[in-house]
Amino acid sequence: MHRIGVFVCHCGTNIAATVDVKKVAEVLSYERCVVISKEYQYMCSESGQKLIKEAILDYQLTGIVVCSCSPRMHEATFRKSAASVGLNPYMVEIANIREQCSWIHKNTEVATEKAIILGRAAIAKVLLNTPLTAGESPVVKRALVIGGGIAGIQTALDIAEAGFKVDIVERNSTIGGKMAQIDKTFPTLDCAACILTPKMVDCAQNENIKIYSYSEIDSVSGFVGNFSVRIKKKARYVDETKCTGCGLCTEKCPTKNIPNDFNLKMDTRRAVYIPFAQAVPKVAVIDAEHCNILKNGKCGLCAKICSAGAIDYTQKERYVEEKYGAIVVATGFNPISVDKYGEYAYSQSKDVITSLEFERLTNAAGPTGGTLLRPSDGKHPHTVVFVQCVGSRCTEERGKSYCSKICCMYTAKHAMLIREKYPDTEVYVFYIDVRTPGKNFDEFYRRAVEEYGVHYIKGAVGKVSPRADGTLDVQASDLIMNEQLHISADLVVLAAAIEPDKSARGLATMLTASMDTNDFFTEAHPKLRPVESPTAGVFLSGTCQGPKDIPETVSQASACAAKVIGLLAKDKLKCNPCVAHSDEMLCNGCSNCANVCPYGAVTYIEKEFKMPDRTTALRRVASVNAAVCQGCGACTVACHSGAMDLLGFSNKQIIAEVDAICK
Amino acid sequence: MQVKENSDFVPTIVAFCCNWCSYAGADLAGTNRLAYPANVKIIRVPCSCRVNPTFILRAFQRGADGVIICGCHPGDCHYTSGNYFARRRMTLLFSLLDYLGIEKDRTRVEWVSAAEGAKFADTMNSFAEAIIKLGKNRRLEDLRCRKQ
Repeated sequence: MHRIGVFVCHCGTNIAATVDVKKVAEVLSYERCVVISKEYQYMCSESGQKLIKEAILDYQLTGIVVCSCSPRMHEATFRKSAASVGLNPYMVEIANIREQCSWIHKNTEVATEKAIILGRAAIAKVLLNTPLTAGESPVVKRALVIGGGIAGIQTALDIAEAGFKVDIVERNSTIGGKMAQIDKTFPTLDCAACILTPKMVDCAQNENIKIYSYSEIDSVSGFVGNFSVRIKKKARYVDETKCTGCGLCTEKCPTKNIPNDFNLKMDTRRAVYIPFAQAVPKVAVIDAEHCNILKNGKCGLCAKICSAGAIDYTQKERYVEEKYGAIVVATGFNPISVDKYGEYAYSQSKDVITSLEFERLTNAAGPTGGTLLRPSDGKHPHTVVFVQCVGSRCTEERGKSYCSKICCMYTAKHAMLIREKYPDTEVYVFYIDVRTPGKNFDEFYRRAVEEYGVHYIKGAVGKVSPRADGTLDVQASDLIMNEQLHISADLVVLAAAIEPDKSARGLATMLTASMDTNDFFTEAHPKLRPVESPTAGVFLSGTCQGPKDIPETVSQASACAAKVIGLLAKDKLKCNPCVAHSDEMLCNGCSNCANVCPYGAVTYIEKEFKMPDRTTALRRVASVNAAVCQGCGACTVACHSGAMDLLGFSNKQIIAEVDAICK
Repeated sequence: MQVKENSDFVPTIVAFCCNWCSYAGADLAGTNRLAYPANVKIIRVPCSCRVNPTFILRAFQRGADGVIICGCHPGDCHYTSGNYFARRRMTLLFSLLDYLGIEKDRTRVEWVSAAEGAKFADTMNSFAEAIIKLGKNRRLEDLRCRKQ
């Protein structure tokens, strides 16, 4: 005989303001098998949990229903308190009367009635719950970090520091990411390379870190604690173990004039190249698309001059299989393509550039050696116009609805750098709002305006038109003075919105991690679990989760590492016991369940059965591997004979809920 | 066979929501205080592919006026392919139900991600509106199960 306890939470006024909790508790107390029904201010609080625990012991409850917030919030809390007094944690059901009732309905009568029905459905379900025991699975003590930008580097270093093995998979031939392309960092104006490159070197030298450069993730399978990942090592045609990074080949290669991606195509490189001087690993890579010997078998100069004998034209892409306990996504961002913004004439004039291109132009290692020169004629610009929010905070189809967060600050930085180096250059910044929240950020912006005399104009740039004399006519409106402006500019810099890297979408599918409408990875809880994805064992670091500046990225990366270390420190993990279960007496061995199972959790065994006539018969029946099954339930619907059922979400339980709702 | 009801007809709507996307989307709608009709009651399932056609038939038998199944967007399923199974199964089931006299508008499959609270509320509002237009469902309903 079941003895059910019902506990209705007020959640302060969150529930009690619109739901008559006393009435809910009273009505539910008359339900079948309910022996106690109580309401309390905060069920999740210490005293609320004590109330539940005492009731379980006093009334010898066999199951409880908590009418409170979403099970995604506190199901684990209540399960834990039930378990602490000896009630099986899977005999706990939550009726979601906050997110799905009190918060969305204003009418008390309607909300109370709905809360009662949701409570009834939960009672109907808990009456059919069975005690479940979670199995255990081992944890592979190795983490994978996807992406070798500052986020990935910091996460990997912190995990390695704690003594765990980490692999970094980086698509490019070197780690470093976007930060390696940046010149100075706000608000301190220290040089990005000076603070980044020591970390890159640390990664290379740390014995716990292995870098898979020029590699991509090919496939991911498995689950938390035990992921199997196939890494594709692209053919770089240079033996990593032999190359010393001397760079001789990159100087002698006869195939020149290939646009250099690292400098955003503003200068050129050869077919064999090292992206930048401080690259890690400092190993050359051959661009197969342009290399003569790989294209038509003529040349082979680099192999001849390489004293280390590292050049290998026969290299093929290779695949590496590795096991990991946790996966960190640190795929970062890219600026959007500004081609869609025809009014800024980006594709018409070389002197209209994006902010990242500007970073390269002011970088001592950049195409101009750090001197600010116009890309078109190599002359010094005397008037520079910055346009903010290009594609950010844009409700149109072509842009992004969010604020890219970093543009206000880096534009102030750029403006300041120009004024410092070239006091004769006039700098205009067109903005919608200047957003500078952050430590020392507003002071930094004010310094740009007050000390460096940058002209900040609230307004939008309507059109940029290249003139015959090489200057750019910038048509804009000044919203405060309410006037139309024409500025004759030498250089226009567009603060393009940032978007998640294009590879993130495919990766999310592989990891079964969810994304939002902008393709940023979704966190498990926007406030309380910001570095975990809802998929167990997958963690988020850096801008793949949302726009961030470097300090924020680094703090998130370290937070993410702490979560990974917490996971890897465990020897065993509790598995989800809500898995499929096959009733061997009903199973006819048809293979339908195995065919739909995405995890290959269903296998078939030959089993002896006693027949009614006292003979034995050998039958083929399905058997579920509980450690592999993730509990989706696809097989339960595919099963014709009704043998397959899902523990915790059984056919009977769901039907009981349907009945309670439709009654 | 459709009976016109007066305007204060309150339909019974059952929404099956997958735990990973749509249930979280429904929670987000709640957190953002986006209202949708109180007669929409959500049943949490691990994945949209857990929804057995029997559950839907049972709902109609017990007097539901509409059933909606919400899952992750195609390609985003937490279990890789569960929502594709749901889509196929429901396409088949809904056309059978249509043949049996349960109008196609009474059943729906929608993709709502965990970040789409507003979409969840909009979907439920539009679905409830469609059901109100159709009126009470009398097909398949087991009169013995009717509330007194």
